[in-house]
Amino acid sequence: MNLNISISTGSSTPIYRQITDQVRHAVATGRLAVDEQLPSVRALAEELVLNPNTVARAYADLAREGLIESRPGRGVFVVRKRRVFSREEGRRRLEPLIDALIGEAMAMDFTPGQLVETFESKMRDWKYEEWSSSKR
Amino acid sequence: MKSEYVIRTHGLTRYFGANRAVYELDLKVPRGGIFAFLGRNGSGKSTVIRMLLGLLEATRGGGEILDCDISALGPEMRARIGYLTEEHQVYGWMSVRECEEFQSKFYPKWNENIFRGVVQHFGLKAEAKVKNLSRGERAGLCLGLTLAPDPELLILDDPALGLDPVARRSLVESMIQLTRRSDRTIFFSTHQLDDMERVADYVAVLDQGVLRACCPLDLFRDSVRQVQLRFSSNPPALPEIPGLIQAVRTDTAIRIVCVNYDEKVNEVLQSLKPDEMEISEIRLEDALISYLGRHGEKSFVLSETAQP
Repeated sequence: MNLNISISTGSSTPIYRQITDQVRHAVATGRLAVDEQLPSVRALAEELVLNPNTVARAYADLAREGLIESRPGRGVFVVRKRRVFSREEGRRRLEPLIDALIGEAMAMDFTPGQLVETFESKMRDWKYEEWSSSKR
Repeated sequence: MKSEYVIRTHGLTRYFGANRAVYELDLKVPRGGIFAFLGRNGSGKSTVIRMLLGLLEATRGGGEILDCDISALGPEMRARIGYLTEEHQVYGWMSVRECEEFQSKFYPKWNENIFRGVVQHFGLKAEAKVKNLSRGERAGLCLGLTLAPDPELLILDDPALGLDPVARRSLVESMIQLTRRSDRTIFFSTHQLDDMERVADYVAVLDQGVLRACCPLDLFRDSVRQVQLRFSSNPPALPEIPGLIQAVRTDTAIRIVCVNYDEKVNEVLQSLKPDEMEISEIRLEDALISYLGRHGEKSFVLSETAQP
């Protein structure tokens, strides 16, 4: 399986969090399906040229969140996600990203209408509506 | 029984004349994993390494390496420690194969598979003459010679010095492979923070001969936070802040970097009544520069080499 994780050193995000963020994203968008197998710690560490302990830490965090589980003798798999963050915590994490988005849009002279339009078009690309209703 | 640390020093101190090169060093390197030793040029890293290997006498203090007193290392002990010096010392007139034959005579437990694996990884041919090797190839040869006796502890003094990106990547890969066995430890000094970030489990920071941090890399990162305080007019004077390592003032803002940011620090900063206050994570490089830069407060030491 190809996870397509890319790591950048010298970032303000530690490497283990770059991995957890990207796996979470892949699961949330369906690029990684439930019951799909992830590479072993060793294999991913080798592919990304990282200390295996870093990958192990990322996997441990994801397992604690209930996003993946290790099945003894078989490997690491994606499991059905339960909501981990409270609404409030989710909001706290999302808001800085929205701030950055609005700031960039203002700097580039987007009108509010153009920004909303672009945003909605992107949500359609991601099939956000269908994804959201499939969860109910 | 084997101790959980492969290197321990106690108040290790070295003067060169009146110059203090290393001062009261209490270094603990846990068994297993990769330990990065950071610091500016001339901060005393090589002096520490040479004392650890018994190549240089301490003025005061001492230490143990693989549970053996560093002032009494015999040949048997030295065979269990691999040491790669800053300048790679090999004879120009020898071929790669001859280097191996020559070096292997000194070691009863020479593993030629390790040697071949490493030199192939660096793209070296057995017949190539040492004098014709590039810097990266020469580094690969020396690394192979150092790894082939299968040492328990590998000490690398700035192994990435002068290497191109491809050779550096080979070096990093070799380091990761070597520590597949959980009882193998690498202790290395470097200025290559990108490589360090990929491989290191632990980090120690030496500043003008004084140990400023010695802990797991994740802890080092998690402990350092940057806070930006914005004011509508000139910022007030900073009160005492525990763990402060850097403070930079501008006309309407103060940016501070501090270790172990907590509720108490938060209260102190809030009491300055800034218009805006933003706490953010910091890049490893910036954290290190805050530790070592001119603005640094020298009061804070982060030390905790617990097992992960």
